[in-house]
Amino acid sequence: MSELASRAWRLDVTDDIAALTLDVPSQSANTLSATVLDELEQLLIQLEAEPLRGLMILSAKRAGFIAGADIREFEHIDDAAHATELAQRGQRVFARLAGLPFPSVAVVHGYCLGGGLELALACTYRVARDDGSTRLGLPEVRLGINPGFGGTVRLPPLVGVLPALDMMLSGRTVAARAARRIGLVDDAVPERHLRRAAIQLLRRRAARRRAPWLQRLLATAPLRPMVVKLLTRKLAAKANPDHYPAPYRILDLWARRANEDEEAASLGELLVSRTSRNLVHIFLLGERAKRAARTEPHQIEYVHVIGAGVMGADIALWAAHRGFRVSLQDQRPEILARAMKRAHDFYTKKHKDPRAVQETMDRLMPDLAGNGLRRADLVIEAIVEKLEPKRSLLGELERKVRPGTLIATNTSSIRIEDIASALSDPTRFVGLHFFNPVPKMQLVEIVRGAQSGETALARARAFTLALDRFPLDVKSSPGFLVNRILMPYLIEAVVMVEEGISPAHIDESARAFGMPMGPVELADTVGLDICLSVAEELAGPLNTPVPEALRRKVTDGKLGKKSGEGFYRWDVKGGSHGSSGAASSEAPVTERLVLRLLNEAVACLREGVVTHPDAVDLGMVYGTGFAPYLGGPMRYVAGLGETGVAHSLYRLAQEYGTRFSPDPGWSQPELFRPEVPT
Amino acid sequence: MKRVFFVDGARTPYLKARGEPGPFSASDLAVACGRALLARQPFAPSVLDEVIVGCVIPAPDEANIARIIALRLGCGKQVPAYSVQRNCASGMQAIASAAERIALGQAQLVLAGGTEAMSRAPIQWNMAMVGWLAGMMRAKTLPARLGALTRFRLRNLSPVYTLLLGLTDPIVKLNMGQTAEVLANRFGISREAQDAYALQSHQRLAAAFDAGALADEVELLYDSRGNSYHEDTGLRRDTSLEQLTRLKPVFDRKYGSVTSGNSSQVTDGAALLLLASEEAVREHGLPVLGEWRGHEWAGVDPSQMGLGPVHAVAKLLTRHRVAMRDLVQMELNEAFAAQVLACQAAWDSAEYTRDELKLDQPLGHMDPSALNPEGGAVACGHPVGSSGARIVLHILRALRRKGGGLGMATLCIGGGQGGALLVESMVSV
Repeated sequence: MSELASRAWRLDVTDDIAALTLDVPSQSANTLSATVLDELEQLLIQLEAEPLRGLMILSAKRAGFIAGADIREFEHIDDAAHATELAQRGQRVFARLAGLPFPSVAVVHGYCLGGGLELALACTYRVARDDGSTRLGLPEVRLGINPGFGGTVRLPPLVGVLPALDMMLSGRTVAARAARRIGLVDDAVPERHLRRAAIQLLRRRAARRRAPWLQRLLATAPLRPMVVKLLTRKLAAKANPDHYPAPYRILDLWARRANEDEEAASLGELLVSRTSRNLVHIFLLGERAKRAARTEPHQIEYVHVIGAGVMGADIALWAAHRGFRVSLQDQRPEILARAMKRAHDFYTKKHKDPRAVQETMDRLMPDLAGNGLRRADLVIEAIVEKLEPKRSLLGELERKVRPGTLIATNTSSIRIEDIASALSDPTRFVGLHFFNPVPKMQLVEIVRGAQSGETALARARAFTLALDRFPLDVKSSPGFLVNRILMPYLIEAVVMVEEGISPAHIDESARAFGMPMGPVELADTVGLDICLSVAEELAGPLNTPVPEALRRKVTDGKLGKKSGEGFYRWDVKGGSHGSSGAASSEAPVTERLVLRLLNEAVACLREGVVTHPDAVDLGMVYGTGFAPYLGGPMRYVAGLGETGVAHSLYRLAQEYGTRFSPDPGWSQPELFRPEVPT
Repeated sequence: MKRVFFVDGARTPYLKARGEPGPFSASDLAVACGRALLARQPFAPSVLDEVIVGCVIPAPDEANIARIIALRLGCGKQVPAYSVQRNCASGMQAIASAAERIALGQAQLVLAGGTEAMSRAPIQWNMAMVGWLAGMMRAKTLPARLGALTRFRLRNLSPVYTLLLGLTDPIVKLNMGQTAEVLANRFGISREAQDAYALQSHQRLAAAFDAGALADEVELLYDSRGNSYHEDTGLRRDTSLEQLTRLKPVFDRKYGSVTSGNSSQVTDGAALLLLASEEAVREHGLPVLGEWRGHEWAGVDPSQMGLGPVHAVAKLLTRHRVAMRDLVQMELNEAFAAQVLACQAAWDSAEYTRDELKLDQPLGHMDPSALNPEGGAVACGHPVGSSGARIVLHILRALRRKGGGLGMATLCIGGGQGGALLVESMVSV
């Protein structure tokens, strides 16, 4: 057989079975670039003519099968027709694969996402390696688009409409066994049987998978509109169609029994839409942050966390969950006992397998005596938020840890330098600022004190990455980035409550803007006492007075969700009940909330808390859930134009006071368009 | 022979069985105290040469429990591990085996001890049921299955309590409590003496906890429900002679004197020690808790298994030319108050010395104030696989507190044996 020159694919033929192995050069994971698809097409043309029994498609990468399309290519497409063409080209290649005169099988391990899964769907069969790392899914919706290589057409008949739409609308991935259960793969087997299972499917010419009859029934003409209606209603509770059109589009494609051309056309339109551009922007910011964190190995196996309050306990349980050996120290056994219960509950929810729970619990040691200190490669301090106790603790522990041990604080408001001076080697000291709840929030601020060494910072970033979190470099300054930007927004909400505007209305406005939770509810959830202490901490440096309403609530013991009442009344289950105040008002609620946030973001840029507007976007989207479809605060400003925003601020300052005075940064264009990329 | 040192050790609080499976499996208990113990060492767990653990009734999914414990402790796949079983002396056997390996120069650092979750002892189908189930499995056709079904008998459902079987001698068909009754009768130990001894055990253990004398020995234990355990839960600070007197005998119900109050308790717990060679002590700069001087095992009549220590101690003292009065302290596991008192009586008895020990002079009893001065199994419980390790750990800590000297840890062993281990605590190596 003649060999075609292919850089990404390797063709081997054993007996009458061909194997195409994808190994995209100089990448750790396979992606489907235009070149990879072209090469595949050429190879398929060549194979079509061969008298083969079957074709296997495999990946040579340890990370997985195929992670999807090369998303970096998306940024360079600004013409819908061009995008549609690209989708059609992929569809053409996959149609050729599906039309081979002999069966084909995708041999899947690790990530099999987006275009990768669509390639597997074009094969006759699919087998998946049965282990924890295998994940199959169509996450396109998270980038604001629909699957474009035939996925919307091929998936529903294979697994049935409900599982298919669930996967495509949520973007969630499934594990190997779940994939077998819904019929997405023909078999899920351990590594040792993977190839054998694939070959057997080809030799036996097994029957193709088909959705169960009930699912096929749902797809019939009389029932289809009902399914659509039901799913539209469910969708509406989760995503605003004006902000996130893609899931509605996917549902519509199915409702209309759209063909591949319509799928491609829809993709083209969505890909150049504002929402998709912004979601891709955010996605790539995250990827870049991860790449930047890979410069140095973290060299951390053992983590010692001091302080088993909610933050310390959650950091410890998450680190153990991610494979680190962890000791958790506190002065009080009952606090440790509570933390261990919390960890056990969390792991039990995460793992079905009791052995997996036990294994993780075994990595997490409650440590009243602090014995873990001398073993630790990283010590994270998460004790009470007061300078003196932190200083004396760190000064004392430094004598016990090994010379190479990295020391970090989870402080959210104290200057790193003030704590660092208690250490004899302050270069190894950084801030690792986690967000509450740690298992949910994807961001960690890497706080650089003036004294922090580069190696220490690089190790902290790499550790954050190993925790599956995005590291964000910030300068040590009051509130760092995220809390500082969020605080004026929260305070403005309280001021509006003081003015008599109803909390429900304020929250509704914020949600309509695209925030995941309204500011008043957020304050109640975080705890008003915590809000107050952060507000007081920042009041001086940021020149923002603390609203009386907040102080009064705390004095009255109304601390929010945890005490049963804050600005809302909370029942035991966590549901909220309205509180007094005007039902609606003419006040520009959204504008006041958002502009204060934007003004503070620009102040942070001007002061160099972060050095690039992209960093603000990364922090606010992953740290607070700031409207992802807008791409983050700075991306939003870029869309509006900074002069316009500054003008609006000026206008609000006239009406509501100097807290709206535009930050001097608004008149420094270089802040918005720095020459160096992130 | 090389010298063998004890460098550190830890145990869990002992948790009294409450008639239902306790919160921890045997390996959970060993891991809980073992990881605290290993965390405070200057070497990594992977440096260990071997892990040896005694356990009498591991759960069905804990085959070779020592290996499971080693892996769960993060020792790594390359550290070998084996389990030992010598009934009540399993934990002491593990330490003895470790000491022998080091003495022979075959190992430098060994983690050894014992663990037991008596509350989780399995309850099994009886043999009739097992036979019936096998018949059901064999029957392939419908008539054959129906036929097999008809052979079911209700008595098939009567369960086998492995704990009760484990506590009954299969040769002489006496349960352990009855062997204590035999000793009480032979040495004329009254119910009052037994109860008084039991009360003293609780008082001594309570005093030891209150004085913090066990703080460096007992590691806190945390379950998955938000509870932490600080003390042995069998300890009854409020017990009194009146209360103990009111209890009815449980083994020989009509005429007996051994009650649940003057017997050791069914308990869950683990104890582990680190043993090291002289080289390992130097290489890692380890603190020395004490030195292993030797151990002995002895066999006695299974129906008087409680006298095992009398013989094991006699052999060990004779071999080392040490007199009873040279011992600073003795830990004699309190399987039963009657049994401890019987051992004391036997050491004093000229007749017993001549006929059974084949010695000229009685060894004499151990000074009662230096015998289990911090209480024993009557108060803290007797998780069978673990106790042998606990008394070694405790005597080492106690000697250290008293400024060094010779100490003896000894226990009786179901089936008619005794084990004894001699240690010496020094001010420096």
